[in-house]
Amino acid sequence: MLHHLIRQAAEHGFPESGFAPGPLPAPARRGFLKAIGAGAGVLVIGAHLPMPALAAEAAPKIIGPADPRPHAFIIVAPDNTVTVLAKHLDKGQGIVTGLATIAAEELDADWSQVRGAFAPADQKLYANHFFGLQGTGGSTAVANSWDELRMAGAAARAMLVAAASARWKVPAGEVTVAKGVVRHAASNRSATFGELAEEASKLPVPQQVKLKDPKDYVLIGKPDLHRLDHVSKTNGTAIFSMDIRRPGQVTAVLARSPRFGGTVKSVDDAAARKVPGVIEVVSLPVGVAVIAKNTWAAIKGREALTVTWDDGKAETRGTDAMLADYRKAAEKPGSVAANKGDADKAIADAKAKGGDAVDGEFVFPYLAHAPMEPLNAVVALNPEGGCTIWAGSQFQTVEQMVVAQILGCKPEQVKIETQWAGGSFGRRATTNADYIAEAAMIAKAYPKAPVHLVWTREDDIKGGRYRPLFLHKITAAVDAKGELVGWKQRIVGQSFMAGTPFEAVMVKDGVDATMVEGASDMAYPVANLAVDAHTLASPVTTLWWRSVGHTHTAYAKEVMIDRLAKAAGKDPVAFRMAMLKDHPRLAGVLKLAAEKAGWGQPLPQGKGRGVAVHESFNTYVAHVADVTVDAKGQIKVDRVVVAVDCGEVVNPDIVKAQMEGGAGWGIGHALRGEITMTDGVVDQANFDGYLPLRMSDMPVVEVHIVPSHERPTGAGEPGVPTVAPAVANAVFSVTGQPLQTLPFSRGGIVS
Amino acid sequence: MVRINVNGEERQVDVSDDMPLLWVLRDELNMTGTKFGCGIAQCGACTVHVDGTPTRACQTPVGMLTPDSKITTIEGVKGKAAQAVQAAWQKLDVVQCGYCQSGQIMSAIALLTDNQNPTDQDIDAAMDGNVCRCATYVRIRAAIKDAAQTMRA
Repeated sequence: MLHHLIRQAAEHGFPESGFAPGPLPAPARRGFLKAIGAGAGVLVIGAHLPMPALAAEAAPKIIGPADPRPHAFIIVAPDNTVTVLAKHLDKGQGIVTGLATIAAEELDADWSQVRGAFAPADQKLYANHFFGLQGTGGSTAVANSWDELRMAGAAARAMLVAAASARWKVPAGEVTVAKGVVRHAASNRSATFGELAEEASKLPVPQQVKLKDPKDYVLIGKPDLHRLDHVSKTNGTAIFSMDIRRPGQVTAVLARSPRFGGTVKSVDDAAARKVPGVIEVVSLPVGVAVIAKNTWAAIKGREALTVTWDDGKAETRGTDAMLADYRKAAEKPGSVAANKGDADKAIADAKAKGGDAVDGEFVFPYLAHAPMEPLNAVVALNPEGGCTIWAGSQFQTVEQMVVAQILGCKPEQVKIETQWAGGSFGRRATTNADYIAEAAMIAKAYPKAPVHLVWTREDDIKGGRYRPLFLHKITAAVDAKGELVGWKQRIVGQSFMAGTPFEAVMVKDGVDATMVEGASDMAYPVANLAVDAHTLASPVTTLWWRSVGHTHTAYAKEVMIDRLAKAAGKDPVAFRMAMLKDHPRLAGVLKLAAEKAGWGQPLPQGKGRGVAVHESFNTYVAHVADVTVDAKGQIKVDRVVVAVDCGEVVNPDIVKAQMEGGAGWGIGHALRGEITMTDGVVDQANFDGYLPLRMSDMPVVEVHIVPSHERPTGAGEPGVPTVAPAVANAVFSVTGQPLQTLPFSRGGIVS
Repeated sequence: MVRINVNGEERQVDVSDDMPLLWVLRDELNMTGTKFGCGIAQCGACTVHVDGTPTRACQTPVGMLTPDSKITTIEGVKGKAAQAVQAAWQKLDVVQCGYCQSGQIMSAIALLTDNQNPTDQDIDAAMDGNVCRCATYVRIRAAIKDAAQTMRA
């Protein structure tokens, strides 16, 4: 749902109406070939080719440039390397490898010659077709690039074949390509890609290409393909933006208001300026920046600052008070997100006629993303105007527009060197460029040297853009036959789309789509469904967080389903399966996970098994979790079985890794993750308070992938939503107590 | 001026004694393989070896070290355990974002140098101080066992 809405936003005037002071950036004037350093003898191939009809619902509508400028994705160099440019950020999900695999497959390159690189920021060339702007999110990267990169690969292959055909004076139809070698069997001649690159680069890009039959794939779907970053990330040589060192570079840290919405009232920087290594202190609308020779001096300088904050517009409530306000709001109807049949009547009828109704109140805390690499960016102003940014950039187009506004230049003068990102989980994809905008403001105030803005971990944990605090109130009923007949759900929380350029299309009739996705559109065919929502405002900043609305909607739904199954006297898997007749892919993953986990086999005393199933981002996932509940009532997650259907799988080992990581992400936060506030000040500061999942918490994870030739979807986010409810349902099977307040540590069942 | 020995080389840095080794490595010596993750020894991203002992560089003031303290970072780590660990990490494609992995690998090398047949409990004890937000723990555990097997062979 999310990316369809963003796409709709893009088609209806976003982002012209939002970020930019003027119209969309003009097409880049600089030659792209020059920009990527390509010279003579290099074949650069683009995918600006006729696109095949895209049938599936999940297919992106291509919002590409109408003009025939090169749309470069593949560079075949004379040294026989093939570099595939990734327009998407790799923050660990392995997309550089995945995208390179797609192109290399059609090219028939040998995997050992394939390299990956990040594309420059250029909306015209590299817009995400789902969004209309260059950016990564919503598990869209493979789905977005699937057609474009296969066509680019096939076109490059055809050009290499044509070059060989011309060189050897043989029919192109007799030339074959395999593992990076072009061959003419009859005359026993062969050439590498590198040897043919120059000749191929002079040939026209074919307008029609034939794509492979999936049965002929030699790279796509193969389990033994290594990630392109598996060596550099094990020997310390991979460069993150944290590791960028430009000549003369200075480091800045920023003192921000301890309360969200607070502003600087007064600053005494005398002591800070005396700290050895501190160069400058500047007051900005976003806080007070201390600029220093190195990170340590900057941190010490900030500690020596005395800043008085104006809390006139700040959030001064604690999270307990906020939750009390949420409960009060929940007493009244909210804006309607779904309304089918008559839920009130269906629930009343069920109760009156031998059925059963179940009430649940669910509380989900604020959660920080806390990627391992604390947020940071290097900004260097360029003498000709504009700047260069080194960052783990996730929304390049937004960052170009915002920084252009700050510096008073054109968006295309904001060059971005995207780096490997040390995690994101949604944190780097912001609607106002956030930390990159801060870095640009500091660079503008201190133009003498490249500025590296570094957030400390404390800045990160206290810095907001959290998964919002949510309250759900649900009443649902099964009739005397044990059929689900009515469902009434009220969701209360903040909207992170409100007040952004996305609001016009993401918020419809007072409902933010990201608050109710997974609830208002649930797959279970309940005839009487009423879902409404209250959006409450607060200066506390919030954001999408790995799997977005599904982080809470899937949890509430799947825990309620187990309670309803129990009320109906039915087995949790059988109860779900009976309701998924019209959803074969959901039923498929549920069946697969249940079978592989040994569902139905008896468990020893104190052991529990739970299940959950959900669709998110067009991917279908089921989890079965096994837990141990000890004599004190404390739990340990022993094993998780995952079944996933994400269509055609480009790299099964990376999908498996995303399911393993998604399980850890979901479990870690369900066990102990929460951001709380006292009088508006965040209580946690670092990993000693915001407790991450650790090695000893991690269960065994078994991943089963449904074989499929459906269009590929995504794997980064969909592995999250169902794991926590599966664990909760496993505990419920032992204790009979539904876990409805997160994290579980709040209920004392996690040490 | 502080004198330290990093990866077998003597280095002189003009910093105050209280600067953590982490920032000396990263900002003064431009050795960026050792990562900043939390600054309070809660995540292990900055793990280096000091005389073979896994040590959080973010909580090690450089003045506490002597010129005789042998500091080993991811850039300079070598030997049987290092080879086995890095090979296993690559074989099993452990990494995702990779930011924590220098620290994970330094902790794993220290574990396997002392114990070439670690149990799951040994792995938990040695590795619980190293956080991975991508939750690559399943593969870290498998890679440690794989490396241990290589070393025993």
